[in-house]
Amino acid sequence: MSFHPLMPYGSEGFQKSERTLMARGEPFAFTAERAAKLEDICSKYPPERRKSAVLAALYLVQEQQQYITASAMRHVAEFLRITPAEVEDVATYYVMFFKAPVGKYVLQVCRTLSCALAGAERVTETLSEKLGIGIGETDPSGMFTLLEFECLGACDRAPVVMVNNEHWHEKARPETCAKLVDDLRQRGLSALSGCHLKVEQ
Amino acid sequence: MEPILTRYIQESNSYTLDFFLKHEGYQGLRKALATQPNDIIEMVKASGLRGRGGAGFPTGMKFQFVDKKTPKPKYIACNADESEPGTFKDHVLMERNPHLLFEGCLIGCWAIGAKMAYIYIRGEFYHVQKVLESELAKAYAQGYAGRNVMGSGWDCDIVIHRGAGAYEAGEETALIESLEGKRAQPRIKPPFPAVQGLYDCPTAVNNVETLCNLPCIMINGAEWFAKLGPEKNGGPKLYCISGHVKKPGVYEASMNTTIKELIFDRAGGIREGHQLKAVIPGGSSVPILLPDQLDIPASFDSVQKAGSMLGSAGMIVMDETTCMVWAAMNLMHFYKHESCGKCTPCREGGDWLWKILARIERGEGQMRDLELLTSISNNIAGKTLCAFGDAEATPPLTTLKHFRGEYEAHIREGRCTVPADWRAKGVAEVAH
Repeated sequence: MSFHPLMPYGSEGFQKSERTLMARGEPFAFTAERAAKLEDICSKYPPERRKSAVLAALYLVQEQQQYITASAMRHVAEFLRITPAEVEDVATYYVMFFKAPVGKYVLQVCRTLSCALAGAERVTETLSEKLGIGIGETDPSGMFTLLEFECLGACDRAPVVMVNNEHWHEKARPETCAKLVDDLRQRGLSALSGCHLKVEQ
Repeated sequence: MEPILTRYIQESNSYTLDFFLKHEGYQGLRKALATQPNDIIEMVKASGLRGRGGAGFPTGMKFQFVDKKTPKPKYIACNADESEPGTFKDHVLMERNPHLLFEGCLIGCWAIGAKMAYIYIRGEFYHVQKVLESELAKAYAQGYAGRNVMGSGWDCDIVIHRGAGAYEAGEETALIESLEGKRAQPRIKPPFPAVQGLYDCPTAVNNVETLCNLPCIMINGAEWFAKLGPEKNGGPKLYCISGHVKKPGVYEASMNTTIKELIFDRAGGIREGHQLKAVIPGGSSVPILLPDQLDIPASFDSVQKAGSMLGSAGMIVMDETTCMVWAAMNLMHFYKHESCGKCTPCREGGDWLWKILARIERGEGQMRDLELLTSISNNIAGKTLCAFGDAEATPPLTTLKHFRGEYEAHIREGRCTVPADWRAKGVAEVAH
């Protein structure tokens, strides 16, 4: 079956649909502190709209156990009084939720045009060679996961690498990427250049 | 033009409440609170302020469309999901001038009769969110937000809501869906958000930079604002210039400024030893302009007249080392990855376009693929619920229009004919 007369639909890998099923994982419940924090976030929305806090809840899951599991989604659903399907719907849509275990440092290299024009392809390539892993993989030591991300919104300081969804490393250079990996191993997140807006104008 | 929105961003403490208060901070709000909401809407209309998110829709009209008679609550949803490739102005505004945004949100709320503004910030801007949160707490503590705003007896809350990585959340109805805790997918319009938006209540969705313009309109008046730029293109504008220029960055200018001046004077011109090849003037979703088309004012109307759009004013500059088939492929990867999946033409077609572009770039294309690219693109544009479809069809169509020869060379020679030193050595395309 083809949607377009010239398209070999279904024959050459042009089929796109896929579904990611998450592992059940260990039994999950928020720590008392995180539960209180989430309850506070829920209070910022109308009482019958607790569902608005689902992204916040999934971030808290990730803070507690690094990635999203089916057990965690069920707990979130109970907490927000919605169905597990509604949580899964959201968790599988947004790219900042990890659906499988990831390394201690998740390196998220921006790949979109401005960063690519500044050498992002080579940054990814160098990181991949240094770590001995491909895009989407975690190194055997469990320390690093390498991902490509779409435009991070800091194109004047390209190429940008985000780490663990929160930390920034700007003006990454292919020549210094290997050192960045070593520095992260030794010094942790302080090895990153951070986000600084001292624009030389 | 003296910078207005970004005047102090170089100062190390420009983001603090103390600094803001010393530089006319919250004076626009003070004036607004002493003005009738309807008069504010009239002022915004007279100023000619147009939305800075991309569409350029008149902000005053947007406020006017909000249903004022309904007993339901009304909302401002601030679109801080800045994710159009090449755009990074809201990033700077929020990080260096957060109180200006709060002030704008509060003026907007007062004008439409809302008591709550949600700032939807993209998940990747967590470092910016931390600045916003700590500064918002100070604004609350000193009575500029929350209960009894500036002693006026009026209550208004601001809540910062973190997204989680979805370009589509920048579309106004998709943003509302995401705020409601669902996938960021667009709604069928009408009804427009002004009638039925967040939680089915009247909502004005405004870009960060748009709201940041409200305080200076209140302080200096509509006429002053309108006169800063060409007719119907008033006020200060932030331009994001990136790519192969010497000094990439955010530059504030009036819309009288030409694109040429922005690129060559403000951003320092093309990097040493290279020549300009093409410019995407308004974020990745708009058609390319060639070097001889740049001597025009960077205003909404002029850029549209030249066959492109000012969009989000994210200008991506490419020099002669850039292969245009590769550039289209790079952007198509973005679109096929970010398509929300709701409309079939965009979801399936985007993926097809990327795969076809990738095989041409690899040197495995055929001449009939060019016809196929055009046909698929034209079957996406205008056939989807939101403007994403038009955006997605743009990279192949605009590069084919101006650089068809490069496509043909790829197919004829079976390889990329413009391999740049900044590209990867082994160009491994991973489908994900």
